[in-house]
Amino acid sequence: MTLTDRQQLSYIASQAADARLNVELETEGMTLNIGPQHPATHGTLRIICRLDGEQVVWAEPVAGYMHRGYEKLTEVRTFPQVTTLVNRIDWLGSFANEVPFILAAEKLMEIEAPPRAQVIRTILFELSRIANVSLFLGDLGVQMGAITPVFLAFRDREYILNLIEGATGGRFHPNFDRIGGLKDDLPKGWIAETRGAVKKLEEFCDTIDDLLFGNEIFQSRMRGIGIIPADIAKDYGLSGPNARASGIDWDLRRDQDLPLSYDLADWKVWTHPDGDSWARCWIRLQETRESCKIVNQLLDQIPAGPVMTKVPRIIKVPEGEAWVATENPLGEMGYYVVSKGGLGPFRVKIRSASFNNISIVPWALKGVYVPDVITILASLYFILGDIDR
Amino acid sequence: MPKVPGLFKGLGVTAGILGKTLKDGADTVQYPHEKEAPPIRARGVIALHEENCTACMLCSRSCPDWCIYIEGHKQLAPPRRAGGKPRQVNHLDRFDIDYALCMYCGICVEVCPFDALFWSPEYEYSEPKIADLLHDKDKLGEWMETVPEAPELEAGAGK
Amino acid sequence: MPYWVTSLLRVVGGLVAVLLPAGGIVYLFLFKMMSFMQSRLGPMEAGPYGSMQLLAEVGKWMQKEDLAPENADLRIYRMAPLIVLVSTFLLIVVVPFGPSAYFTNFETGIFYALAVGSVSVLGILIAGWSSANKYSLLGGLRAGGQLIAYELPMVLATLGVVIQAGSMNLNRIIEVQNTGEIFGIGIIGNPFIITQFLGFLIFMIAVQAELTQAPFDMPIAESELVSGYMTEYSGFRFLIFFIAEFATAGVFSFIAAALFLGGWGVPFTWFGWDSIDEVAWWMNFVGPVIMFTKMFALVGVIMWVRFSYPRFREDQLQTFAWKVLIPLALANTAVTAILKVVF
Repeated sequence: MTLTDRQQLSYIASQAADARLNVELETEGMTLNIGPQHPATHGTLRIICRLDGEQVVWAEPVAGYMHRGYEKLTEVRTFPQVTTLVNRIDWLGSFANEVPFILAAEKLMEIEAPPRAQVIRTILFELSRIANVSLFLGDLGVQMGAITPVFLAFRDREYILNLIEGATGGRFHPNFDRIGGLKDDLPKGWIAETRGAVKKLEEFCDTIDDLLFGNEIFQSRMRGIGIIPADIAKDYGLSGPNARASGIDWDLRRDQDLPLSYDLADWKVWTHPDGDSWARCWIRLQETRESCKIVNQLLDQIPAGPVMTKVPRIIKVPEGEAWVATENPLGEMGYYVVSKGGLGPFRVKIRSASFNNISIVPWALKGVYVPDVITILASLYFILGDIDR
Repeated sequence: MPKVPGLFKGLGVTAGILGKTLKDGADTVQYPHEKEAPPIRARGVIALHEENCTACMLCSRSCPDWCIYIEGHKQLAPPRRAGGKPRQVNHLDRFDIDYALCMYCGICVEVCPFDALFWSPEYEYSEPKIADLLHDKDKLGEWMETVPEAPELEAGAGK
Repeated sequence: MPYWVTSLLRVVGGLVAVLLPAGGIVYLFLFKMMSFMQSRLGPMEAGPYGSMQLLAEVGKWMQKEDLAPENADLRIYRMAPLIVLVSTFLLIVVVPFGPSAYFTNFETGIFYALAVGSVSVLGILIAGWSSANKYSLLGGLRAGGQLIAYELPMVLATLGVVIQAGSMNLNRIIEVQNTGEIFGIGIIGNPFIITQFLGFLIFMIAVQAELTQAPFDMPIAESELVSGYMTEYSGFRFLIFFIAEFATAGVFSFIAAALFLGGWGVPFTWFGWDSIDEVAWWMNFVGPVIMFTKMFALVGVIMWVRFSYPRFREDQLQTFAWKVLIPLALANTAVTAILKVVF
């Protein structure tokens, strides 16, 4: 079997690294494969590291073990079918994947969802953000060695999933957004249940703050590790909490004018000047609390009215191209939808946040110890479905 | 009160959860001895109301996985009133849903123009053999008994 | 009693003293306390409230295939778990359970215990090297560095106890604790946990590190190295590692209870005894019960810390041992020696 160009180049690069090692230190490096089957990576990601003792000399992520061919699949599906598929890209905060796609289709059709649908969309978007990031907070404990927070995270996340199931019918794959609004209205008692669930999540955030973030061992593991300066973050295209942890004040919810109701609530964008792993994790904790605040405020302001505008029964999106990006739990997720007037899109390009987030891994892992590799990967937070699509 | 270092606070948190579990019981539901009731809208299984189905094939065409198999034929039915022409109706021969492929997306239920498909929150129908996951017309008809009434909507829901 | 009867009693007693704590610790703390701290109930199906779960797990592991990696060094690979288990049995030999209920009565009991406690390091290193797996190697090397580094604080912490008791014989140490008095108050005896509080703390931290429990579980580091030096072991051999881990926790807690909490005794003034020869015969039966209680209390604390804290990084671990624990232990020893001479 012959090697491809890229394989050959990476092989030569690793040989060069080895040669440098041998010349300078007269030791042999060890190649360690982290993954693709590994408890620490969120899925099947493979990271090839060349180690010198316990220090990483060269690292490269190899993604693609979970590639499902989304962009090719969307070429032969209709718009409702694509909405179903797209749920499964970032499966933890799944409603958040549908929203930019539907917004792009609505942009092409030049319609807007009614105000009630916009507010409910925003509430569900924030709930999926809370579900996603609360799992991150628990999983962060496991990667650092604390085995208790993850169970608390799963326990409290169940309330959010029950809510989403009550409204949409599916815990993980809601498939609730439609072009022109939402599929259904909320069942009775949902708003009161949501308030209770959000309160439980706020208590969970406080518990994690005491149990994990207040722990001196955790702090010494996280502070000062994996510092990413702001300009490097911008170069590599980091987005979401990763960018805000490096001091970049950029949040698409506030800076963009999309038909979502973020201006109805009073909330703030958290940034941190340090850019280390601690900052990235701490910002996610604060953002979860902020999302709870947003949901509480929006629940008071759901306007009465229909939840779907008048759209024809069989929707044919007119010709055109549209790009919509939103602030997803993982970062900036965008869809570039090209339509040729058919029942389904002609081509969809999915810009997923995690793919750009792990592009910084070779730069960030140079010279760190093996345990810090796990710290940095944990703090960058990616989901394989999002990287590979 | 001196500032308690985070280490002791962490120990206090776990001890607190231990105490709470001892007192109030765990948050876990001991399946299969106890079972949680899923919400009304939960997507468990699809039920077929055969009288309404006209074999129009809309559900089968809109399924992203193509897991619905429909066969029908046209036949003559007696006229609506005496002395009229016999009319042609679609008769449903075969309506299978392959739950090994089904994504539980709900497009078929939504798209059916005659209200022949319904969601039911039943979820305990796993089988040892994959072939048994192909539910035929009769089995889908049996699921109709488990279909709940649609829930009341929140205040402010418009039409 | 004929010699073979006493030997048989000793063998059976040794097995019980090692395996019963292991089973009890696994059920009480690993299955139940950890689950309750995580807001769930733990195993409930096997036996009433899951009490037979350990038997089920033992049965499961024993019926698994005896695999070894292709490039593994087979003879050494097979020896490694046994070395770790043997060191536990060697340790229990010196722990007394009553005035006459002991396996051996060494004059240099604690010296022997500390020396033998480091045999398990060999087993772990061997397991890491012979597994022909880079993850295991990393785990084994980390373990070697950590375990050797934390031997020293443990030894120095016990030095304070030995100085205060005036003997290395464990039964004598227990006698001194139970007949002593603090500032003239004899009602609770003189458990060394009060005067040697710093020594106790250092000893418990060192024990936590010797057992490779979180926050010192870098060698196992489940989320990085999968299982560290134990990765390639499955079936019966893994079972031996598992039992050895919890049995060693039990045995070290026995030793800690003997050194710091007064061992198998209650303060002798409660019954009017003046020395160990006056202790009643029924103490040989009540003593083990008291020892087990104290042991479970100490292991409870070890496990509580294990479930609550994340883990240290390897260099932080070493810094903590060399730059914090050892100077503290040395200072503790010096102060104890001075006070012993003065008072």
